[in-house]
Amino acid sequence: MATASRKRRPAISAFQWITLLVVAAFVIVPFYTTALGGFKEIGELRVNPFGLPQSWDPARFAEIIGGPRYVPSLLNSLLVALGSVVLSTLLASMTAFAFAHIKFFGSRFLMSYLMLGLLFPSATAILPLFIKMRDLGLLDSHVGIIIAQVAFSISFSVLLFYNFFKELPKELIDAARMDNCGYIRIYWYVTLPLCLPIIATVGVFNFVGSWNSFLLPLIVLNSDANYTWPLGIMQFQGQYGSDWPRILAFLTLSILPAIAFFLLAQRYVISGLTGGAVKG
Amino acid sequence: MASITTGVAAGTGVAVRRRRYMDRKSLVPLLIFLPPSLILFTVFVVLPMVDAGTFSFFEWNGYGPITNFVGFENYADVINHRNFGTAVRNSLIVVAVSLLIQLPLAMWCAIALSERSVSINILRTIFFLPFMLAEVAAGLIWKFVYDGNYGLLPILGDALGTKMPFVLADKFWVIPAIMLVITWKYFGFHMMIFIAGLQSIPNEVVEAARLDGVKKWQIVRHIKIPMIRSAIVVSVFFAITGALQLFDIIIPLTNGGPSHSSHTIVTFLYQFGILRMKLGFGGAVSVLLFIACVIVALAYRRILFRVEQN
Repeated sequence: MATASRKRRPAISAFQWITLLVVAAFVIVPFYTTALGGFKEIGELRVNPFGLPQSWDPARFAEIIGGPRYVPSLLNSLLVALGSVVLSTLLASMTAFAFAHIKFFGSRFLMSYLMLGLLFPSATAILPLFIKMRDLGLLDSHVGIIIAQVAFSISFSVLLFYNFFKELPKELIDAARMDNCGYIRIYWYVTLPLCLPIIATVGVFNFVGSWNSFLLPLIVLNSDANYTWPLGIMQFQGQYGSDWPRILAFLTLSILPAIAFFLLAQRYVISGLTGGAVKG
Repeated sequence: MASITTGVAAGTGVAVRRRRYMDRKSLVPLLIFLPPSLILFTVFVVLPMVDAGTFSFFEWNGYGPITNFVGFENYADVINHRNFGTAVRNSLIVVAVSLLIQLPLAMWCAIALSERSVSINILRTIFFLPFMLAEVAAGLIWKFVYDGNYGLLPILGDALGTKMPFVLADKFWVIPAIMLVITWKYFGFHMMIFIAGLQSIPNEVVEAARLDGVKKWQIVRHIKIPMIRSAIVVSVFFAITGALQLFDIIIPLTNGGPSHSSHTIVTFLYQFGILRMKLGFGGAVSVLLFIACVIVALAYRRILFRVEQN
């Protein structure tokens, strides 16, 4: 097995390897210096940029974790992200189920209408969205952000579910129909249990999108207590100016959970990219 | 002929019967399954875009009734605004850099990394990592890298024996500096799309070409790249629309500065429309951006169509 694959593999030339390693260095060095920078003194950053820090004193990290900003803003982001994931998974799977398995007049039209969301730029809607949320009393609330985020991601989520549902064997649905099973029960007892992989993909996508989102919370939220972490870190950076060791420590702590999550979930992200983008 | 008509008749008969059956059985599920998504999408995505169009013809500060109709005055204001030209130019530079530097880099990496092995998997993960990172975090990391006192750029300058400018405070260097960050952040995304395309090429095709003695780079040029045309099409589309909407990464890096020289269309909209609550002005910017994106999408459909015809 091993020899077979080795024989089939065409050699990557030395030149290719060198360019890959240069690109890898280009990608990693900023991460590496950020992670170490939190342990260094400000003068040390200049004289010893790439070496290990003189001491591994975690004082800055401890101060940030114990501080008033880090943990609350991370929890806010977590709350918003989980809310977005649950709501978008539920709504998108129901809608995709209706488009994929129920025949009705206007089905194609409504599907195309929803897919307009894939083409049109969300940034253009942000200003009237602010007015709309103000009029609906959703400003400065996590619910407001969750709803808006789900609305903006629903097209892509429905597309991913739809592509998956179309692949399910039709006999399965027909058999359930024969047994006098209603669509709602088919959706809940037959389809959903079969589509755990796609739920994971859609969930990861919405989670990452929500976790990283900046423009929408920036416009909707205005009290510190409700800030998600991207707003919190911008405020922290504004407060400490160029006290880089402190900012780098905050950055490291903020991106660490995301990197851990990414390493665990990357295959779902990639299958979403390929399932939604390349095949769709 | 007769058989066709009976076939059609039978077909409609079945359809009618099935529709009646469906109506009874499927009305309730449809009423539960469809409205939540459709209403959410309409209220929070479609209507705001329509509103932007309405606002753009009025002078309004966001409070009270919208009465002061000004025709195309807001559009004139936007187009004559000192910084709008810069913002459009910058957005177009982002598009150009994405297409001419980022995508070729992504393709170069994808061709090498579409094989399967452990070291290749590690590299692929590394290259994809910046894409998963929040734009704000990426912006702050690079703000540090570029910092003229404590960052990595002055150290590079020391090594080269020159003094590096404070790139983010320099009206000329700020644009190339931002382009480097954008390439760093997004090339991994395009690489993944290309890899997915490359991996779906049947092995026999490449194998057959190799047995015929076709050189490696000829295979890439004449077989692999043409076969992943649809992945390239998708990637180009994302690159253009993403570039036109660039916002998050600019704010932590420069906030549009120095002296408004690094605005993109969306940071311009934020700075001059939203922060100052000039809804008519902001609406006009939104509409112009929307039209630009629609033109891209429509032009794209034509190109896409032509690609699929071939």
